[in-house]
Amino acid sequence: MLFDSEIFQITFLSLQVSAIATSISLLIGLPFGTWLALGNFRGRSFILSIINTGMALPPVVVGLVVAIMLWRSGPLGNLRLIYTPVAIIIAQTIIAAPVVTGLTAAALEALDPRLQQQLLGLGASRVQMVWLLWREARLPLLAALMAGFGSVISEVGASMMVGGNIRGQTRVLTTAIVLETSKGEFNTALALSALLLVLTYLINLSLTWIQQRGQKR
Amino acid sequence: MNALIELHDLLIRRNGRDALSIDSLGIPRGETLAVVGPNGAGKSTLLLALARLIKPTSGEIIFNGSPLSKLDDLEYRRKISFVFQDPLLLDMTVEQNIALGLKFRNTPGEEIHSRVWKWIKHLGIESLAKRRASQLSGGEAQRVSLARAFVLEPQLLLLDEPFSSLDPPTRTKMLEDLSVLLAQDHRTAVFVTHNLNEAAKLSHRIAVIVGGMLRQVGPARQIKARPADEAVAAFLHELPR
Repeated sequence: MLFDSEIFQITFLSLQVSAIATSISLLIGLPFGTWLALGNFRGRSFILSIINTGMALPPVVVGLVVAIMLWRSGPLGNLRLIYTPVAIIIAQTIIAAPVVTGLTAAALEALDPRLQQQLLGLGASRVQMVWLLWREARLPLLAALMAGFGSVISEVGASMMVGGNIRGQTRVLTTAIVLETSKGEFNTALALSALLLVLTYLINLSLTWIQQRGQKR
Repeated sequence: MNALIELHDLLIRRNGRDALSIDSLGIPRGETLAVVGPNGAGKSTLLLALARLIKPTSGEIIFNGSPLSKLDDLEYRRKISFVFQDPLLLDMTVEQNIALGLKFRNTPGEEIHSRVWKWIKHLGIESLAKRRASQLSGGEAQRVSLARAFVLEPQLLLLDEPFSSLDPPTRTKMLEDLSVLLAQDHRTAVFVTHNLNEAAKLSHRIAVIVGGMLRQVGPARQIKARPADEAVAAFLHELPR
């Protein structure tokens, strides 16, 4: 049985690690996806195919690789990050970054390619051009953000493997649901599931509201 | 000749073939040069090269006496302006669209406002100023696109078939307006079109490009009366009467 304060702590940690992982993914995925969409270089299609594959990365595989890297005897073991929230953030970033990158590239590729030339022809610098292209593609870019967040708030495999589901330290909503189910505490598991669904819904509702407002303008 | 632009031994190869070859061409200050030719002849390639949006394989383009290869691309592009076949407006208001190029140049706010409104009035689009670009008809959008280019008061104006997607009455009206603007403004302009009558109406001289080669340059009457070669004659023959 979980207490209210513990549920609050689990919920807060879930939101915190997923929000940080999504933000880092955005910082990586937005420029990288833009470079892939606007670039014209050898190997571009190959990199895009890797990114697209990465969009379907199984969380348990990511969890396994990150666990091996952060394990005490692993190459990054001296950082002592295994079974910490930071480890979960690292794993979730690896899951969300390809999603944000791939959808960013797709969003910018969907714009009229002559728009770049038009903006440059009006005297835009590269930075000004990219900023306006992001602005034009803001609705699909928001969808990329929602997909990135959705891919990490709901994953369990990686969080379990690198976080260890330690009570009061690395337990998040999804790993708590798995634990309660394994104990036969179905009512608690169902309540936590409902909480996770409501939270995910509320976050996506606000992002969808922003998206639709942009659409109607 | 006091040329703003000179092209020397220009060759542009694209996708493994010669897309454009021009031995020599000068465009004097204040001239409107129309570029005509069949589809795929290399007309748009010429405009893209003049805008430094593609770089020549060999040869040189001289602007104001300086080779483009020696000038900073951004600095050069801020002296010109480009109007494409489609208006390519951004999802913002008409006023904001017209102000774009001035904002790129960090022009002060008050000056942006006065210049934008000067051209909004010139092009008769006052009633559209606060509308979003997505709410405009094709003709209205192209008018905004022209205002967006003219507001920059560029040394060189490049127009790539700006009216080809408009219906005939709108097209005729827009051509008349553009012809007045170019005449009033004495701006150097290069105007790509399929239509020889449009070219004759708007320009001082016409350049005929066929098969990626500049074949003839001269006034419309001379080109019609004495085509330089069979390719030009065949192109003129194909045009609707």
